[in-house]
Amino acid sequence: MSDYIIHDHNNDGIDRRGFLKCMAWAGTGTLCVLQGGVLKSFALGHSNHEHTGSLKGELSFVQISDSHIGFNKPANPDVIGTLQAAIAKINALSTPPEFVLHTGDLSHFSKPEEFDALEQNLKSIKTGRVFYVPGEHDVLNDNGKQYLERFGKSTLRDGWYSFDQKGVHFIGLVNVLNLKAGGLGNLGREQLEWLEKDVKHLKNSTPIVVFAHIPLWAVYPEWGWGTDDAAQALSYLKRFGSVTVLNGHIHQTMQKVEGNVTFHTAMSTAFPQPQPGTAPSPGPLKVPAEQLRNLLGITDVDYVRGRHSLAITDSPLTS
Amino acid sequence: MRKRSTARIAAPLLLLVCVVALGNKNARAGSQDNASNEVKIDNFSFTPATLTVAPGTTVTWTNRDDIPHTVVSDDKVFKSKVLDTDEKFSYTFTKPGRYPYFCSVHPKMTAEIVVQ
Repeated sequence: MSDYIIHDHNNDGIDRRGFLKCMAWAGTGTLCVLQGGVLKSFALGHSNHEHTGSLKGELSFVQISDSHIGFNKPANPDVIGTLQAAIAKINALSTPPEFVLHTGDLSHFSKPEEFDALEQNLKSIKTGRVFYVPGEHDVLNDNGKQYLERFGKSTLRDGWYSFDQKGVHFIGLVNVLNLKAGGLGNLGREQLEWLEKDVKHLKNSTPIVVFAHIPLWAVYPEWGWGTDDAAQALSYLKRFGSVTVLNGHIHQTMQKVEGNVTFHTAMSTAFPQPQPGTAPSPGPLKVPAEQLRNLLGITDVDYVRGRHSLAITDSPLTS
Repeated sequence: MRKRSTARIAAPLLLLVCVVALGNKNARAGSQDNASNEVKIDNFSFTPATLTVAPGTTVTWTNRDDIPHTVVSDDKVFKSKVLDTDEKFSYTFTKPGRYPYFCSVHPKMTAEIVVQ
């Protein structure tokens, strides 16, 4: 099942109908592929790999997010169990990921035993390495000191860093510290200056992947789902032909394409949150037990050299 | 004689009981007043958003959400540790003034204590 772009007025590979379709399916597992200027979307099912098999490129990695180890409320009394289901899903991928990105909220309460349990469980992922950025739940009480000691040893300042893998430049940003009253996520001047310098030497053709906890686009500012100074960060990335922004925090998949930038948020491995504005608050969404694993999942990302686009596949734990 | 002495003792005792009961009633009324010194944290918001109290009042915040929150004064006058579900934080306001505060984990959550 696929949809191709019919009307592409802006020549950006997206028509309104195709994009909305992609959005509508997001909650149940959607593969959105921007390839050669054409956005295609596939609903995910058991035949998932029949579709994605041909898309496997030379770099495959997985994003997981919002594990909230330590959370024990009715929305999911077994967050370890669902994390382990996510790990089993990663280990069952036809192409093992070169690495895994965890986009924050590893823990629920920044407790040492929560970080221990997360670390211990992630050891069973068949992958080269796990990269992290902190969520606001990982920096409670100590401004991220403990997080940095455990997960951010080779990072800069509050935990930001970049690395290169097979021609793709990866940038991990921290937007959960020094939050201002009434504000949203915050990168801060120092991190922005670093980012500007970090990408200065790169060619326009270098694919860029940015990952951070809170979305770098205004998903729903009323619930704090956005980052105050994200526009400045993105201004440094404007000249690049392919920019993919991967976030967590909102516990549901959403995608937006703006010019050369694809914004994408991942599901949580712990509990879902309501769609923007559909509940009095963004608190944990309690769903019938049998539906929970449809709303939790992992994100598989593939880069095919020469295509300047990354294929993003969201899969719920149940698929 | 025995009867009269009983009455003599019983009457002040009765009065004492009444006074104690009245005192208890006052104490209960007092604790009811305390309810207006409380801020509830629920659905990612502080209720009431503006609370006006007299100098010397102790205000207590209670987190009723499934998500941890904090109570942090914009001007760093007071700062709670992170409050888990049903945990409380109290602060006694001595000086008149306006005290805006927020949740440092979810900074969209803002409110104010007015002391006058």
